[in-house]
Amino acid sequence: MILRSGFRHGVHPADSKHLTEHVPIRRMGFPAEVVLPLRQHAGKPARLLVARGDKVERGDKIAAADGFVSAPVHASATGTVAGVELWPHPDGSMAEVVRITVERYSPQIPRPRLVPRWEGLSPQQVVGAVQDAGVVGLGGAAFPTHVKLSPPPEADVELLIVNGAECEPYLTTDHRTMTEYPERVHFGTRIMMQCLGVDRAVIGVEKNKPDAIDALTETIPDDLDVTVLPLTVKYPQGAEKMLIKAITGREVPSGKLPMHVGVIVQNAGSVATIAEVFETGLPLVERIVTVTGPGVKRPSNLIVPVGSKLRDVLDFCGGLAEDVTEVLFGGPMMGAPQTDLEVPIIKGTTGVVVLTRAETERHPTYPCIHCGRCLDACPVFLNPQLLGSLAQVGRYEEMEATHLADCMLCGACSYVCPSNIPLSQMFALGKAALRKIATQAA
Amino acid sequence: MSDPHFELTASPHLKGGDTTRRIMWSVVGSLVPIVAAAAYFFGVSALLVIAAATVGAVLTERVFGSAGSLGDGSAAITGVLLGLCLPAGMPMWMAFLGGAFGIGFGKLIFGGLGQNVFNPALLGRAFLQAAFPTAITTWPAVGGSFTELRGDNFALPLMRSASDAVTEATPLGLMKFEATSTPVGDLFMGNTAGSVGETAALLILLGGGYLAIKQYLDWRIPVAIFVTVTGLSGILAAIDPSYPGPLFMLFSGGLMLGAIYMATDPVTSPVTRRGAWVFGAGIGALVVVIRVWGGLPEGVMYAILLMNAMVPFINQATQPRVFGKSGDGMVAA
Repeated sequence: MILRSGFRHGVHPADSKHLTEHVPIRRMGFPAEVVLPLRQHAGKPARLLVARGDKVERGDKIAAADGFVSAPVHASATGTVAGVELWPHPDGSMAEVVRITVERYSPQIPRPRLVPRWEGLSPQQVVGAVQDAGVVGLGGAAFPTHVKLSPPPEADVELLIVNGAECEPYLTTDHRTMTEYPERVHFGTRIMMQCLGVDRAVIGVEKNKPDAIDALTETIPDDLDVTVLPLTVKYPQGAEKMLIKAITGREVPSGKLPMHVGVIVQNAGSVATIAEVFETGLPLVERIVTVTGPGVKRPSNLIVPVGSKLRDVLDFCGGLAEDVTEVLFGGPMMGAPQTDLEVPIIKGTTGVVVLTRAETERHPTYPCIHCGRCLDACPVFLNPQLLGSLAQVGRYEEMEATHLADCMLCGACSYVCPSNIPLSQMFALGKAALRKIATQAA
Repeated sequence: MSDPHFELTASPHLKGGDTTRRIMWSVVGSLVPIVAAAAYFFGVSALLVIAAATVGAVLTERVFGSAGSLGDGSAAITGVLLGLCLPAGMPMWMAFLGGAFGIGFGKLIFGGLGQNVFNPALLGRAFLQAAFPTAITTWPAVGGSFTELRGDNFALPLMRSASDAVTEATPLGLMKFEATSTPVGDLFMGNTAGSVGETAALLILLGGGYLAIKQYLDWRIPVAIFVTVTGLSGILAAIDPSYPGPLFMLFSGGLMLGAIYMATDPVTSPVTRRGAWVFGAGIGALVVVIRVWGGLPEGVMYAILLMNAMVPFINQATQPRVFGKSGDGMVAA
């Protein structure tokens, strides 16, 4: 197995992590109200279990997994269900949520629950416990973790990669987790390795997090074959396929999953969350969020109850600066802009990045001069220049033939374009148009 | 207090530093030393010719181009480059016309910046070569005072020009028609007859090096041209020593200026990196073929224009292999 072959292309945006990389994780107080969408993960939305007026305690299941590729949702605070209604969702839509008025003087101590002892458990039981705890990938895509833990029997998985790349600028969620809770990361790695039946794990961490690399390296358990691998800083290293290429030299075939090359990748924060489930028995009701950017008065790394409103989180960090222009969920390269401070932090919210006029000022757009920088930037070797000219004239079928499906919308092409052409936005629109064409045909 | 107004824009929300405008004006900036050298070798005449071509190009862009397109700097590049590949004695009205033609018919007619097939400066020069074959091949000798005109720069349009300036054959002309070679040292420093800006190989190389380091031009194209020209002319010279050798080939005529400033025009060169190698090699081969067997002493202009026409095919044939797929676009096993 090759270790550290790197991946080709990619870009080098300023990482801007200095704002929070040395700020210890703090716990945010409970807000007056939490708003919990039933859809916080990839797959089917959870099935509602409560009704208006119900009393719930922190950690109680309020919505159940609907099928295998789904995850339950738990109350993140003790209180009363104030309503089940449509509410602004971070993806820009209105989505069904459970609104809970938090009980003001509750100690918020979850009722005593059985902490599963993982040692004796079969893989199926571990998968069940993880699903029951509502654990999903915390790196952004929010793919249900238990699905990753149960690869089909024909898959020959031999390596677990823990994704500590955190290549998005500004975000330090995984960085602080790995630095402050390295044992937890190792414990989660141990559970995953046992469950998947793999002997070997690699934790890939970009070199701009030396304290995390040191903390993880010093705490590797003697009986565990774990390598902490420092990686060159480059975006989008945290993309699954790029990380696999960078660490093993293997290329995941187009349209296939990592297990096709014998690898499972899990984000470091999610691995730590699995450990927490088996340490405390508490399901996923809170997560670590980086609240940062030049537009935030007190940039912080916070433990936030899932469902806390963006407004409450920003207030806790001292509020907004004067000339704020954009508030993003996620990093600045792929994050989603928010226009409503009522949206809740959900399981997949890696960070809140607040940008000001200085960062979002844009140059005018010029015609494409065919400089080819987008081809040099694209980590999956597409021709964004050609795709862009096809998108401009709405030739979506030809975009499909030009491998649009392989684009993961990382934004590297838009980032480098000297003519400031919104390439990745055009590709997102092209993908949407093709989906529409496909539905109409069906 | 009401919430501030938030912008809703698509990701990525960060932007790299380079802009098309900065790239274009950097190219103009890197031409300044070459213009200065032209003035040193050919006096005020060189400046007059360059200015006339630039005014022609910029004025045409201003009048017929889209609003604000002057700011991107591409018209200025076309004008200065055209001026640099004209002889110093050329009447200014001709240079002006060349600049206007290059921008009008070489660029704007296709839809402006980014749409043209051929390098506008070279198209302007090709037009002048067709229209005024004598004027464009009348080469003033190097030397003389700064203020001395190298030809009838101020001739009135369409009037017969009268000039008694000292002329001289270019090194390539000497080689082609008189089988006389020029010392490579003179070629390197620019101390020979020729177009105003093509003679100072050293300065052109420095300018190109600067642009390559800034990634404002694709270094593969000039390198491919140099390697091909060196290889082919080396083979020919080895077979028959009466053919000019590689060093002479590299540093004579417009090869340096063409390879570094004209062939690398991003708009009219391939967008793929493998394509850049093919494109450069094609130019190099055509230059040698035209110079050695063609009827003209110089072939850089036609070599680049011919390869410009091939760019769509080169792009198509050199598409990158998609990650996780084999070369033919199929999903890898």
